[in-house]
Amino acid sequence: MSTDNTPRPPKGLGPLAKREMRFAYMLLLPTFLIVLSVVLFPLFANVWISFKPVTLGDLRAPSILVNERLMGDIEAAGDEADIRYRIRNSSRQSDIADVFMTDTLPASLEVRAIDDRCTLDGVALACDLGDYEAGKREDIIVRVAATQAFIDAPTNVKDTDPVFEFIPENILTNGDFTLDNFRKVFNASDFWQVLWASMYYTIAGTVGALVMGLFAAQLMNMTFRGRSFLRGLYLSPYVAPVIAVAVAWVLLLDPGPGGTLNALLIQLGVIDGPISFLGQRKADISILGMTFEFPVALTVVIIFEIWRYFPLAMLFILARMQSVSTDIYEAAEIDGATPLQQFRFISLPQLMGIMAVLFLLRFIWTFNKFDDIFLLTGGAAGTRTLTVNVYEQAFAVSNLGAGAAVAVVVFLILLVFSVTFFKFSPEDDA
Amino acid sequence: MSRFGNIFYLCLLFGALWGAIWTILITLLALFISGELFQPQVTAGALAGLITAGVLTGLPPERRSVGLRALCGFVFILVLTIASGATPLGLPLSIYSFGQLVFILITAWITVQSIHLTALGFGPGSERRYNIEVICLRFIKGFGLVAFTIAVALPFFIMVMMSLKNQQLLLSNPLDFSLNFSQGARALFRSYIELFTQYNFGTFMLNSAIVSVATVCITLFFAVPGAYAVARLKFPGQHFLSRSILLIYMVPMIVLVIPLYAIFSQMGMRNTLWGLMLVYPATTIPVALYMLQGYFRGIPAELEEAGLMDGLTRLNVIRKITLPLALPALGSVALYVFMIAWNEFLFALMFLDSVDLYTLSRGINELQSSEVPRQHLMAGAVIATVPVLTLFLWFERFLVSGLTAGSVKG
Repeated sequence: MSTDNTPRPPKGLGPLAKREMRFAYMLLLPTFLIVLSVVLFPLFANVWISFKPVTLGDLRAPSILVNERLMGDIEAAGDEADIRYRIRNSSRQSDIADVFMTDTLPASLEVRAIDDRCTLDGVALACDLGDYEAGKREDIIVRVAATQAFIDAPTNVKDTDPVFEFIPENILTNGDFTLDNFRKVFNASDFWQVLWASMYYTIAGTVGALVMGLFAAQLMNMTFRGRSFLRGLYLSPYVAPVIAVAVAWVLLLDPGPGGTLNALLIQLGVIDGPISFLGQRKADISILGMTFEFPVALTVVIIFEIWRYFPLAMLFILARMQSVSTDIYEAAEIDGATPLQQFRFISLPQLMGIMAVLFLLRFIWTFNKFDDIFLLTGGAAGTRTLTVNVYEQAFAVSNLGAGAAVAVVVFLILLVFSVTFFKFSPEDDA
Repeated sequence: MSRFGNIFYLCLLFGALWGAIWTILITLLALFISGELFQPQVTAGALAGLITAGVLTGLPPERRSVGLRALCGFVFILVLTIASGATPLGLPLSIYSFGQLVFILITAWITVQSIHLTALGFGPGSERRYNIEVICLRFIKGFGLVAFTIAVALPFFIMVMMSLKNQQLLLSNPLDFSLNFSQGARALFRSYIELFTQYNFGTFMLNSAIVSVATVCITLFFAVPGAYAVARLKFPGQHFLSRSILLIYMVPMIVLVIPLYAIFSQMGMRNTLWGLMLVYPATTIPVALYMLQGYFRGIPAELEEAGLMDGLTRLNVIRKITLPLALPALGSVALYVFMIAWNEFLFALMFLDSVDLYTLSRGINELQSSEVPRQHLMAGAVIATVPVLTLFLWFERFLVSGLTAGSVKG
């Protein structure tokens, strides 16, 4: 007997497993579709747009404009005149294909001659006008003669509007491609400055929020009256709408009359005159005879970022701290470890995992952040990061293509970060 | 061994620091509330704190009774007044006398209390390193609490106070946050009333509410089945999905905004609330799915199997067993998604052009660019903040456990 009779697991999926699989895919399908259409497809579309010469104005599709007039004097039956259709392409950049016009002529006018692209069926005029390239204009003339009915009751040829059918060229889907957008982005004089601001903002904002979050978590880990109130308070920068806290900060830091912080510092005698916290690019600071250029506005924006996101770090670090068993601290206590030693040798190692995960996520999110800087400074005074630059190019300069090119740069840098991080990070234990 | 050791000297140092800190803070508080231009007497406060600490912590812990602390408070006031030349808050006592008295009492009480808590249980003698660290950490933590609280609360304080003042008063004395209650509630809340009557804030709020609630519903409707599938059902790609779904969340909104702007413009969906109701769920579904699948995994599978044995279909198992058990998680995810949608700014800015479609974020941005008086801007900020903050604090414990169990968000 050479046949092998040992039982084996069935190959592939059994009918039950198949049903389960189909059911699972069905449940996931809606999610998949919406993510595909609103996230993945636009990601691809962004790359596409970055290679196209598109400005904000091009989004309005071109269309056919027409002006219809009766030219010539009609005084008696039999007088001849022209109906003139002056037709043009509204756009100076985009072509329009397959223009087709139909119109109803007044029955009281007798048609003598028509353009050879037109056909006449009773009173219905139909003209196949072909393609209109950008900016093209032309006249279509219909020669008519008046009948007695027209003299008795003159009708205006404009009473019936000509109807057009045409295929406008879509600037987004046509075949024009260019590398100008990327050339423009990389050749911009401030590209490296923008990149540097992005990195400084991201790194300082992330580390600051983590350190402050760690400190706040230590405070919230104590037991005292009013702790839950304070915890709620500490979470509020994160929960409140960004626009609300941003306008509050802008007024708080206002260098003009009415700016609270400047007035406060002057009252305390710390400064002599108001400082434009959000408008000053650099301040020279000399330490030990050496002069440093201190980026004022960028640092203030980073402080805002830390202020707004330390609660998140606090929340996660606190959750991790409270899940550490107290036995280990009791043992350390018996061994005579001081509070700082306990923090250094027990708490910190336990928190490293969550801190690493938080660093990774916050790093990426801070790099992605747009609203905070946009609302505080609008990207002025050396605070223009890559994400603000996307907006600036696409909507302030109205060059969608260039904006998309910056967005591609943002995405590529992010991809490099993510791959690096996920390669070197420990298994997530968030 | 001498009666006074390292602990005593540390207490003197911290006493001086507490004295200085509280003198500055309470003086500024007095300045904000009264509008009088008080000047913090830092040196006098530090000296007063130092001497008070000397009296209080020079005695053994068991003798620091309430009476003694009251006496110490008196010492503090005495030293502060003498050292500042009878101007403990920087102005002669004849101005705003009763108020000054109250604020000086508060300063004395809180300084003594801070010193007492810092030195709690320690005599003035020498101690080993462990207890020195304990005392130092007490001070650092106490100082941390004060610093964090002020840093967090100040912008919100400014927001609320400015919304109740008027521009002329604010410009003439920006530190005067005293409220004039005699003008009646109508005048006090004038900027709020005007925002609702003249600036369409009622509509904005309604729009925000519609978009946020719709986003929550759509997100849950999509994410619950998806999360269930990822958590419970076996299918090829399950592991990959459960790990990679969060990657969607790493995609920057700013990268999506240009294509979505272009496509929605051409489809005529840009200047509509529907557009937002499509975009917001797409960004929240992945994170909601991730949070929910974590929670679903924690529900014992035996419960569902029992339901299946009893003849329920899968859908009915989800509806009758899983969902009721996952209610806390659903609640926290809903609240969290609501918060994201309510606070969202970028797409509201890019998509909405007509005033009657504005959400609150968009409406406030419009106020900011149209140079309205400050109190209106701040009132708008308060109106946008209060609903989401109230909801959040109300359900905080709920949310926090759900949020940390599943995922994180920026």
